[in-house]
Amino acid sequence: MEPIIKHMESKILISVEQLSRYYGHQLAVDHIDFTLSPGEVLGFLGPNGAGKSTTMQMITGNLAPSEGRIQINGIDILDQPRLAKANIGYLPEQPPVYRDLTVDEYLDYCARLHRVSAAQRGQAINRAKRRCGLLAVSRRLIGNLSKGYRQRVGIAQAILHNPAVVILDEPTVGLDPNQIREIRELVRELGETHGIILSTHILPEVQATCTHVQIINEGRLVFSQSMQELEKQLVSHVLVLETREPLTDEVLEKLPGVDRSERLGPSRAKLHFSEKNPAGAVAASIAEHGLGLVELALDRQTLEQVFVELTCRDEHLTTEDAA
Amino acid sequence: MILTIALRELKNLFLSPLAWAILAMLQLVMAFLFLSQLDTYLSTWQPRLAGIEGAPGVTDLVVAPLFQTAGFLLLLISPAITMRSISEEQRNRTLTLLLSAPVSIREIVLGKFLGITLFFLILLLMLAAMPLSLYSGTTLDAGKLLAGLLGLALLSGAFAAIGLFMSSLTEQPVVAAISTLGLLMLLWIIDWNSAGGENISGLFQYLSLKTHFNAFLKGLFSTRDLAYYLLLTSVFLILGIRRLDQKRLTG
Repeated sequence: MEPIIKHMESKILISVEQLSRYYGHQLAVDHIDFTLSPGEVLGFLGPNGAGKSTTMQMITGNLAPSEGRIQINGIDILDQPRLAKANIGYLPEQPPVYRDLTVDEYLDYCARLHRVSAAQRGQAINRAKRRCGLLAVSRRLIGNLSKGYRQRVGIAQAILHNPAVVILDEPTVGLDPNQIREIRELVRELGETHGIILSTHILPEVQATCTHVQIINEGRLVFSQSMQELEKQLVSHVLVLETREPLTDEVLEKLPGVDRSERLGPSRAKLHFSEKNPAGAVAASIAEHGLGLVELALDRQTLEQVFVELTCRDEHLTTEDAA
Repeated sequence: MILTIALRELKNLFLSPLAWAILAMLQLVMAFLFLSQLDTYLSTWQPRLAGIEGAPGVTDLVVAPLFQTAGFLLLLISPAITMRSISEEQRNRTLTLLLSAPVSIREIVLGKFLGITLFFLILLLMLAAMPLSLYSGTTLDAGKLLAGLLGLALLSGAFAAIGLFMSSLTEQPVVAAISTLGLLMLLWIIDWNSAGGENISGLFQYLSLKTHFNAFLKGLFSTRDLAYYLLLTSVFLILGIRRLDQKRLTG
């Protein structure tokens, strides 16, 4: 697999080469390559147990890779872990918060751990709290906060020291829709100046916030494209037609501008076309036959379909391989 | 950075009632012991020893037994202090915070060790206040007193290192506490059979936490005993570092 970004002339924040990880004999991450540049928000997708979290743990130095190289801001994480880690903010799947501390105490400790100087500490903490909407709960014990707030404390911790790279493992889990919107806004805002890797199960979230998408399945990178390319690819060439009266084969075959049709029911069909959208002509033709148009719509291919296609097909293939 | 982690560890200890309870109970028991020891000394020993040249003084008859008991009590309570240190961070997944911060594993372990040792030092200061109060009426053998305190400090350092290592082995604090207690007890009584054998007993006697501690209580400050405690402490600290490093490798 080729690195996804080649056109970026700016410096690369994360470069991952041939990264692999074994758990015993089980291969959890299989020779992954990718890069991340400033201003990019990389959406990391994959089914449960695909290796997303493992990859993130390796990038953040929580787990040693079995093979491969990881460079953060040009610094190898195995050679100079401390320098490399200083450039990373990481929110793991479970926010690493101490329940016995107040939000302020916790963030102060995090700032110290990340060597934020005493002069800047207060300012950094305030900025992180403001960005994550935590100002009202500064003095509350983290253990008494709701899950959503705890998640936000985790995010505040990750952006506190203004790292070049922010890695968020399922940041919107447990948040209500309003909070999710706020966090997406925050991610987009951060994405303008930082490099962000975001893992999630929620596909619309990727479409809403990310500039690049990667799908990982069974440890392998099966899809990696920029959002622009993806959107081009997602432009549909299929119309869904439904009529009041049953559609005859004869009518279907003669629909203008349609290359191929596919029956979904007695009065419902998928129409494949290649060049211009023939919706107008199709509608006219249906009216002509007096079939009564009920629905005629573009069958948008969503990221979800790409996801299902890639991750399910692969499962199918590997079971065949195994057999 | 070590200091940041150490202070956090120390504050964390005081956030739970456990540390307060330990300090209070220990102080109560030791004070009772101290007073009864002092009483026995005043009523029984002082009249008999008066006038004898080179007889044991108040430091030998009151302070040494006090510290001896304190050492054993420390053994009993130290697992309760060290048990949560690393195991709870593993259980609550907060260790990730330390591992992803620009901090090395060595700094994490040493920071936690220092934090626990600071707690023990607070405990020892409270303990030292009792014999020091005797200065109002008499003079003590300062050398012996300091040697005894140094012995206790070294002893608690070893307890902290062993407890920390045990805490890194498991996610269950209670399991960590029980195994720490077991190991400490074993190291405490390992020389009990030394009267029997010949070859092995020397080794066992050397390994025993108690023999080296007793030397300090007699006011004997030898590099042999000092080296024993420093070795023991650093071996378990290194084991703790290795253990966390291993977790990073094996996941």
